[in-house]
Amino acid sequence: MPSSLSRADVARIAALARLELTEAELELFARQLGDILEYAERIRDVETTGVPPYASTLAGDALRDDVATASLSREDALRNAPQGDRAAGTFVVPKVIG
Amino acid sequence: MAKTPSATDLRDAIARGERTATDVCNDALARIDAVDAAGPALHAFQTVMADRARARAAALDRLASPAGPLHGVPIALKDNIVVKGVVATAGSRMLETFVSPYDATVVERLEAAGAVIVGKTTCDEFAMGSSTENSAFGPAKNPVDPTRTPGGSSGGSAVAVAAGMTPLALGSDTGGSIRQPAALCGITGLKPTYGRVSRYGLIAFASSLDQIGPFAGSARDAALVLEVIAGHDPRDATSADLPVPSFTAALTGSVAGMRIGVPSKLLELGVDPEVRQAFDAAAVALSSSGATVVDIDLPHSAHAIPVYYLLATAEASANLARYDGVRYGLRAAGATSITQMYDATRGRGFGAEVKRRIMLGTYALSAGYYDAFYLKAQQVRTLIRRDFDAAFGVVDTILMPTYPVPAFRFGEHFDDPLQLYVADVFTVGANLAGIPAVSVPCGATRAGLPVGMQFLGRPWDEASILRCADAYERLTARA
Repeated sequence: MPSSLSRADVARIAALARLELTEAELELFARQLGDILEYAERIRDVETTGVPPYASTLAGDALRDDVATASLSREDALRNAPQGDRAAGTFVVPKVIG
Repeated sequence: MAKTPSATDLRDAIARGERTATDVCNDALARIDAVDAAGPALHAFQTVMADRARARAAALDRLASPAGPLHGVPIALKDNIVVKGVVATAGSRMLETFVSPYDATVVERLEAAGAVIVGKTTCDEFAMGSSTENSAFGPAKNPVDPTRTPGGSSGGSAVAVAAGMTPLALGSDTGGSIRQPAALCGITGLKPTYGRVSRYGLIAFASSLDQIGPFAGSARDAALVLEVIAGHDPRDATSADLPVPSFTAALTGSVAGMRIGVPSKLLELGVDPEVRQAFDAAAVALSSSGATVVDIDLPHSAHAIPVYYLLATAEASANLARYDGVRYGLRAAGATSITQMYDATRGRGFGAEVKRRIMLGTYALSAGYYDAFYLKAQQVRTLIRRDFDAAFGVVDTILMPTYPVPAFRFGEHFDDPLQLYVADVFTVGANLAGIPAVSVPCGATRAGLPVGMQFLGRPWDEASILRCADAYERLTARA
C-alpha cells in the first residue's frame, strides 16, 4: 500500500469521484492524502479476527408498510433545478450520448 | 460578555405576561445587528430571518395560551438544517442559492413548541471542519477572542449563544461538531444518542454518525430543547421508536452516587497542560460532591481517529455524489457533455476540505483498498463500541476533556489537515459508538480561553449525562 500517493493516483481517484482538480490541487492532495493514509494504516495493527463490521442496531427494525405517501410536487422539485423544463416537468442536462 | 436570560426564564417571563414574544424576538435581532454584522462582526449568521421571525413572534403573541414549552424563545439553526422557503447553503458555494422546499422535522417540532427561528448560522462546508474556516462564505469568530476560531463545524451556532444573540441554537455533530465549538466558546452542547433526533432535513455528511443536537447556556436549557426535538420520525429510518423521557425532570442537581469513569490512559495521548489542569480540578470537584470517580480503559479509542476519518469520508463520498448539477445547486456553465458538466460542477462547487474528504473516502472504498481500509475500520468500530459497553458495565458516565487544546487562531492549521483531524480524538468516539455526550464549560486558561469537558452516557441515557452536567454547572456557579 502506498504511504505516499503519486499525482497519477490522485488523478485516478479524482476521476472516480467526478472531481475536476487543478494542477495545484493534484500536487497538494498527493502530499496531504499520502500523509493521512500513512497515518490511517496504523489500524492494520489492530487484531480483528472474527470481529464483525459495525452495524448500528440501536434503533431496531425500520421496515414500514409498502404504502405510497405524499412527496414533493413536480413543480417544487424543479424549483431549484439549474436548468429545468417546467412545461415538460423534466430536468434538462447536456448531451448524454455522443 | 452580556449574561443573557436563559430560555427557561424567557419562556416563563412571556407566560407571566412580563414580556412578549415580539419584544424578545426584537431584542435578539437587535443584538445580532449590534455584534454580528457590525461591531465585532462575529459572523455567526449566514442568513438572518428577521421578517419571518417577527411574523412568527407576532402570531405567537396573538395566541390565547402558550404554544408549547419554547413559547417565544428565539433559536438559531446551523445552515445545514433546512427551513421551507429559506436558503440553506451548508456553507457551500454548491448550495449558495438553494431554497429548501420543505422543513426539517426538528423545525416542525421547534415551531410547534413555540420557538422562534431567527436565522441560519455559519458552518464549515457540509459540516466538514473544526473551525468554520471551511465555510465558503467566511468564518465565524470566537466572541471570547475574535482573533481565534469558535471551533466547528457548528461554530456559528456556538457563537450565537455564547455572544448572547440567541439563548438556544441547533447544530449537528458527526465527529464533535457540537461539543467542540461549545467547549471552545464556553457554553453547553449536547450530541444525543444516534437515532434520538430525526435527521430528516439535515443535509447529510456521514449518515451513520450525524446527529442533531442543541447548544445552550446551561444543561437545563439543553434538556428542554432535547425534549422538544427528540422522538420517532417515520421519515428517518434510523430514528428510534422509543419513549422520550422528561430530561428536565432528571436534573436533580446532585451527582451523589454517580459512578464516573475517567479514561486516564487515553488522556496521555496529549492534552494541553492548562486544559488538563482544568479537567483534573473538575474531576476532583465532582468527587468531593458525592460522585465516585474511577479509572477506566478504552483501549481501542487510541485508533478512533483513523477509523472515524476513513468511515466518515467514505460515507461523505457517497452522500455528496448527489451534487451533480442536475436537480439543484450549482451547475458549471459551458460543458458540452454530461460527464464534463459533473466534473466541472463538482470541481468548482466544492472547497478544498470537501474535495480532500471525498477523495479520501473514494480511495477507502475503491477496489483493492476496501478490505484494508473501509472494512477494517468497521471492525475496529465494533471494538470501540464494545469498549464503551464494557465501561458502562462499571460506571454510569465517562468523563474526559472535549478538546485537547483551547480555541486556536485563524490560519493555524491551513497547511496540515492531519494535525487538525488528530485533535478530534476525544469527540469521535461517541459518534462511532452512537452514544450521547454533553460538553460543559470547566474553567478557562490563564489567557481566559474557555475549557470544556464532556460526559458520555449509555445509549438513550441522555438523562444521566444531563444530570451530571447540570449538577456540575450548579457546583461551579456556587464556587
